[in-house]
Amino acid sequence: MNERKLMEQTNEARLELSRLLNSQRLAVLGTHNGGQPYASLVSFAAAPDLTHLLFATTRSTRKYANLISDPRAAMLIDNRSNHETDIHSAMAVTATGAVGELLDTERAEAQVRYLAKHPYLEEFVRSPSCALIRLAVRTYYLVTRFQNVIEIHMPS
Amino acid sequence: MSLILSMERIRDEDRPKVGGKAFALASLPKGEFTVPQAICITTDAYDAYVSLTGLRERILMEIHRKDFREMRWEEMWDASLRIRNMFLNTPIPSQLLAALGDAVTPFSAGKAVAVRSSAPGEDSAKASFAGLHESYVNVRGGDVILDHVRKVWASLWSDSALLYRRELGLDPDKSAMAVLIQEMVLGERSGVVFCRSPMDPSQAVIESVHGLNQGLVDGTVEPDRWIVKRASREILSHVEPVRDCWVAPVEGGAALEALPPELASRPPLSDDEAKAVCRLAMSAEDHFGAPQDVEWTFRKGVLHLLQSRPITTGESDNRTDNRAWYLSLRRSFDNLRALRNTIEDDLIPAILRDGADLESMDLEALPLEELASEAERRGDIHRRWVETYWRDFIPFAHGARLFGQVYNDAVRPADPYEFMGLLAATEMESLKRNRLLEGMARELRESPRLRNAIERGDAAREDPSFGGRLDAFVSRYGLLICPGGPSADCRFHVSGILLKMAEAPPTSSGAVPASVSAEAFLSRFEGKQREEAAEMLDLARASYRLRDDDNLHLARIEAELDRAVALAEARLAPDSVTPEDLGACRERISRVKKKGYVPRSTAASPTVNPDFEIRRRQLTGQPAGPGLARGPARVITKRSDLTQFQSGEVLVCDAVDPAMTFVVPLCAGIVERRGGMLIHGAIIAREYGLPCVTGVTEATTRIRTGQALTVDGYLGIVIVGPDSIG
Repeated sequence: MNERKLMEQTNEARLELSRLLNSQRLAVLGTHNGGQPYASLVSFAAAPDLTHLLFATTRSTRKYANLISDPRAAMLIDNRSNHETDIHSAMAVTATGAVGELLDTERAEAQVRYLAKHPYLEEFVRSPSCALIRLAVRTYYLVTRFQNVIEIHMPS
Repeated sequence: MSLILSMERIRDEDRPKVGGKAFALASLPKGEFTVPQAICITTDAYDAYVSLTGLRERILMEIHRKDFREMRWEEMWDASLRIRNMFLNTPIPSQLLAALGDAVTPFSAGKAVAVRSSAPGEDSAKASFAGLHESYVNVRGGDVILDHVRKVWASLWSDSALLYRRELGLDPDKSAMAVLIQEMVLGERSGVVFCRSPMDPSQAVIESVHGLNQGLVDGTVEPDRWIVKRASREILSHVEPVRDCWVAPVEGGAALEALPPELASRPPLSDDEAKAVCRLAMSAEDHFGAPQDVEWTFRKGVLHLLQSRPITTGESDNRTDNRAWYLSLRRSFDNLRALRNTIEDDLIPAILRDGADLESMDLEALPLEELASEAERRGDIHRRWVETYWRDFIPFAHGARLFGQVYNDAVRPADPYEFMGLLAATEMESLKRNRLLEGMARELRESPRLRNAIERGDAAREDPSFGGRLDAFVSRYGLLICPGGPSADCRFHVSGILLKMAEAPPTSSGAVPASVSAEAFLSRFEGKQREEAAEMLDLARASYRLRDDDNLHLARIEAELDRAVALAEARLAPDSVTPEDLGACRERISRVKKKGYVPRSTAASPTVNPDFEIRRRQLTGQPAGPGLARGPARVITKRSDLTQFQSGEVLVCDAVDPAMTFVVPLCAGIVERRGGMLIHGAIIAREYGLPCVTGVTEATTRIRTGQALTVDGYLGIVIVGPDSIG
């Protein structure tokens, strides 16, 4: 494959990924507690350069406790519609990486972006008991047409 | 999409867009009726506003946080206040503002208008609920008019609209509000006519006042009332009230004022005018094909029709429907002012007198017969005060709510409950009691010798002055703290509380956050309005204080009733009286008990299905005191449970009443089944800066004493159990 073709494919994958991340509101967050996996639904927003994903949670939740003990996490975002056709037409992406809670100016900046996508969560996110979390993505695993999988490795 | 429609352009198909009120006025033939010039801001404008600003989703979040069937009226009022604040703090986006600005241009040259709600569905023939949504009169200037348009939009979600949400078909996804902007007709005499009396369908009823209609509609001005025979227009009766006040236009609205003496002696209508009003209503009935309830005004001899809607009874057949009563709790400022005088000058001194009289009586000295009579008398006194409580004390609580709305309108704070910071600076009986406790606890903290002495039970010998204060406290408050009243047991119990308090760090209460100052509120008003605002704040403080104190006063009467009943029952031991006396007295006492105080229901134990167990991890209620607390739960189902209360626990109960709040200095947080921001639990939590969640439906049934709780008072959630995956 020549360089140009490769570049085109990479750009196309990035575009597809970006479209998916911007079109969806909810993601499944995967954490664990002492080896016991745990999955939660969260409202998320993606950074424009796709380097990280944001979500909010109160500090009293299991997912928050799990992430404190181990910041490694995964997030699944997909566009299924609960029809038979999903199996070939739906797209899903799994993002893996490590999380960190955002504070001070970092938080203030990210919060604006997060609320732009989820304005109705304003009261929730502004609550002092609520943490804004950033998942710094190492790798995206993009699945299309049932079995077609590509990996997008983010610059470290 | 048409954001604005002039009355001439409204067609049949526009009805869902302009609402019942605007549609009815638009359909009246010119020449036959004199109606004020008006335009309608359609539901399209409302839709555009809530979509462009993201308000629609925020309203959805608010409406869906809890099942409506489980919400008390107080919680609906709170939800409504929060939604209203969203509207107040969300400006109309510029693209919409430009279009709506055109609508108000004809009125912006200082011409006064009425800004009226015109909700689709509100005035349909099937459901007519007057007064569920807001209307404002005598509003001037383009910006001010549009500001009031937002308030009318917000009233789509008023507490009363939420109460009648089923009948209105209120649906956050679909419901919208149209607004009628009507040239203000400043009539000299106004009124309402029901063209078919609910009592007798052959009669019409006219109510009329001097000045504007508002005083009549909200019940503050007593009207002249005429009964007119529909067929012949013959006047059957005219009842004259004491005419002493009227609602007159003032800058930016209308105000209740004393009626000039030359008008006080004169009915607002002559017989001929009353007949003309009746004719107007009948013409409206002919036009609409159904009996109408018509608002009208006379200006310079011309009769104007202001609005017309079909009469429906509005009453529900269901006798358990107490929504009308809830709505009656919403009182006007003037009404509350009068109520305050009655309460402060007559009722509170009287209930205190009754309590003191009952307390001072030596029941032990009475023979059984007389004791039974005394118990019956106390049952009657108690019942009378319970009636007064519901009739006068509870409605007075609306003073704090009314102030909240005025404060939010004037200051537009980000936190819709900021106003409570101003109310908290009041002196409540329960706080006086807690300060006495805290004072004694401080002495124990400072003196290990005294602490040891109190543990041994001989504090009085170690420090006679402390012992004296402890005794005084027990005799003053013992009846409300200990099930058996002031006694050696109660003294022991209070000592236990003091020791626990002494181990914990000192608590403080009553601190007003520096960010809230009365001046910040008052500075929004000038002249006479400033005086009124100050008076309203004072009234709200009285209302806030009373909502705590009245319960303590009533609890004292109740405890005195219990004391007589308990004593009589103890005397009914078989060996102390003759059998006949015993039978009669026992029956009398049991009658008193039946009529008297019924203890609150105790908690049901959690239901466990043999196959699987359901545990509540996170319970949703209403945020009632900001903050985050963790601690073991202490579920209170009866008063004696309070004796077990340990420092650092979370108080979980059905309804906090002021007689319980002496444990609050020991609390980490408060969780209450009953919901609302202005209930005792929330008030006392705010005083102590404790995280508090109210309206947790399953608080006492799903939470067990000892379970680890996290109380998130910012978001109104309670998390049960440790942070581990089972």
